[in-house]
Amino acid sequence: MPLLTVEDLKIHFPIGHGQVVRAVDGVSLTVEKGETLGLVGESGCGKSTTGRGILRLLPATSGRVHFDGADVLALSGEEMRRLRRRMQMVFQDPFASLSPRLTIGQIVAEPLEIHGIGSGKAEREKRVGELLESVGLPALVARRYPHEFSGGQRQRIGIARALALDPAFIVLDEPVSALDISVRAQVVNLLADLQAERGIAYLFVGHDLSLIRHAAHRIAVMYLGRIVEIAPSHELYENPRHPYTRSLLEAVPVPDPTRRRERAPLEGDPPSPVNLPSGCRFRTRCAFAQEICARKDPPLLPVENGAPGHVSACHFANTLPMWTAPHAAASVTALAEEVMAEEGLTESTPPGK
Amino acid sequence: MPEPFLSIDNLAVAFPSRGGKKRDLTRVVDGVSLTLAKGETVGVVGESGSGKSMTALSALRLVPEPGRVVQGTIRLGDTDLLALPEKAMRSVRGGRIAMIFQDPMTSLNPVFTVGEQIAEAVRVHRGIQSRADAFDEAVAALKQVHITLPERRARQYPFELSGGMRQRVMIAMALSCRPEILLADEPTTALDVTVQAQILALMGELRRETGMGVLLITHDLGVVAETCDRVVVLYAGQVMETTDARTLFAKPAHPYTQGLLASLPESAPEGATRLPFIAGHPPANAQAVTGCPFRTRCPKVVPGLCEKPLPTITLAPGHVVRCHLYGEGSPSPPERSRAGAPDRRESPVQPGGTA
Ligand SMILES: Nc1ncnc2c1ncn2[C@@H]1O[C@H](COP(=O)(O)OP(=O)(O)OP(=O)(O)O)[C@@H](O)[C@H]1O
Ligand SMILES: Nc1ncnc2c1ncn2[C@@H]1O[C@H](COP(=O)(O)OP(=O)(O)OP(=O)(O)O)[C@@H](O)[C@H]1O
Ligand code: SF4
Ligand SMILES: [Mg+2]
Ligand SMILES: [Mg+2]
Repeated sequence: MPLLTVEDLKIHFPIGHGQVVRAVDGVSLTVEKGETLGLVGESGCGKSTTGRGILRLLPATSGRVHFDGADVLALSGEEMRRLRRRMQMVFQDPFASLSPRLTIGQIVAEPLEIHGIGSGKAEREKRVGELLESVGLPALVARRYPHEFSGGQRQRIGIARALALDPAFIVLDEPVSALDISVRAQVVNLLADLQAERGIAYLFVGHDLSLIRHAAHRIAVMYLGRIVEIAPSHELYENPRHPYTRSLLEAVPVPDPTRRRERAPLEGDPPSPVNLPSGCRFRTRCAFAQEICARKDPPLLPVENGAPGHVSACHFANTLPMWTAPHAAASVTALAEEVMAEEGLTESTPPGK
Repeated sequence: MPEPFLSIDNLAVAFPSRGGKKRDLTRVVDGVSLTLAKGETVGVVGESGSGKSMTALSALRLVPEPGRVVQGTIRLGDTDLLALPEKAMRSVRGGRIAMIFQDPMTSLNPVFTVGEQIAEAVRVHRGIQSRADAFDEAVAALKQVHITLPERRARQYPFELSGGMRQRVMIAMALSCRPEILLADEPTTALDVTVQAQILALMGELRRETGMGVLLITHDLGVVAETCDRVVVLYAGQVMETTDARTLFAKPAHPYTQGLLASLPESAPEGATRLPFIAGHPPANAQAVTGCPFRTRCPKVVPGLCEKPLPTITLAPGHVVRCHLYGEGSPSPPERSRAGAPDRRESPVQPGGTA
């Protein structure tokens, strides 16, 4: 049984005049123990709201969330408080999410205090030191303040804090978007190491498709409050079966100036989450839309000749034209291999070791 | 080369040293020079903390206290920006030079709707007096950055918008004043790739139509490849390499630039869960490192040579690198294609191959 099962989750925000923003509108997904599920999709499509809804940091309008046997949305406040130890979140913005007045030590110790873990100050300090070291920071930094750290270091502090209660599941909301490429790679490596050591499961929200490909086992693609496709990572890039997923992959900027695009691959704006189109939500921007797309809302179904677990919500998932992946500059790979092999310029040992 | 319109020359920005004596200063930008012509897009890349934002903020004289510009000149056309009276500078800010700040949440005012904030900027800088007209301009600006239902969104507060929408509001505000120069500090990091492509296309249109020059600070080398004419690579507050975008990707000369390219996730083999990165950390205080600031991490370091002051070498017209490997003292003056990376334009690109 999966560690986390989300079924038909809806989170609507009333905005007056009897209207609602349907930010999350029927999301279903599962996450296995020790697995990373990537969650990608257009800005404003409801990724952060989904993550917060799963952790009950926002009230759900309807739906079910099962976590390790517990019916999360039905738990009492006290039961939820206990469960929260096992489900954590790392927030989108490493600059805003750490309180500037607390020391790093206080920030990381806070969840321990809230949950009354560790008897006394000395024991907590020891635990904080271990946590900081596990994310590749010297225990000494506990006495310093957030503004003294770079973006990448702050993001590690956020991760150390999320690890404090030894959770089984962490929602990572764009954990590396603000970081430079090299630091981004280090944080992704760190997350992979922690997963290997502790079997933690992640819901990894992100925009960087070339990175998520390596960071996630499976990827869910979201559009306007719904999941439109889920597939194992490799499969999603090689055999995408939803027109929106294809637009996303085509929009990834390629690090090769000889192959510039003139036009944005997906034109137009997403419809408003207040007045959704009839039938398929993507039809107003879809190059493959037919008459049926306006009439019938396509369900999320397994695709033919796809990898196990590959599902798509498109009426034409099985008849879309052949897909040729927009090749990542083959030359980039060649350069990387050469540079790495010859020069030992990059290394793949875990940070801090 | 087109005539520079914005030119930054030998700029240094310093903060009081932590724990040091009162008058000790740490330079976080140290001798940066760069130029931007009308209609040109120049990328600024470099590690977190390398001084990218401080360089851009200097041009608006917005370096945060207690930091300050301690050296250099910044000219916009014939105007010496660092010598301008504060009052005149205020009309340059958001008028002739607009900036998209790195963190949209802290640069938007939480107690005003986003429409009011854009309208206010339009009134100040475009001389549109009527409130209703300014509000209409604000709605038009939101529409231009592909925000759906712009009339409704204009009446919402920043907290009611998603991260990416807030970033687009910042972009709308910057563009609504029709600036001659746009300083864009990580303008698309919070955006998904489809909206990013739309915004980059919009910036490209404005640049062609109005001759706006863009200084684009970004961590995303894909964005650099797609939009920039030239690129400046910063490390520890210093310019390490300046070149056109094609050369940056085809023949990166500086070992730091090479390491940056090798850290791209695109460079990792299929199925790899560990990604390559540049080992080590930048020096806490670059001035304490004599010679090349990258030498503590550089795999090509030549002991005895790299501690000396860095030479500035012109490899080709417009391609300038600061590294001893290309200088006179180099033990084996490398042929360019050896010391730099192999010429990648030669390598065969396999259709459909992402290996
Ligand atoms: N408190 C709120 N009140 C009203 N609407 C809200 C609120 N919070 C979020 N929304 C709306 O819900 C939708 C989804 O927002 P969410 O933050 O989940 O998007 P996201 O997918 O995380 O986007 P991004 O990639 O830009 O962070 C948006 O239309 C947003 O405006
Ligand atoms: N208020 C401050 N006091 C002391 N040092 C500061 C202050 N603000 C910034 N710095 C230092 O100035 C240096 C340059 O910062 P800057 O913001 O320009 O970096 P950046 O290249 O834009 O990095 P990033 O990619 O993370 O945005 C950093 O090392 C930072 O620590
Ligand atoms: S169902 Fe129709 S509109 Fe929706 S994605 Fe498929 S083809 Fe396009
Ligand atoms: Mg979000
Ligand atoms: Mg910055």
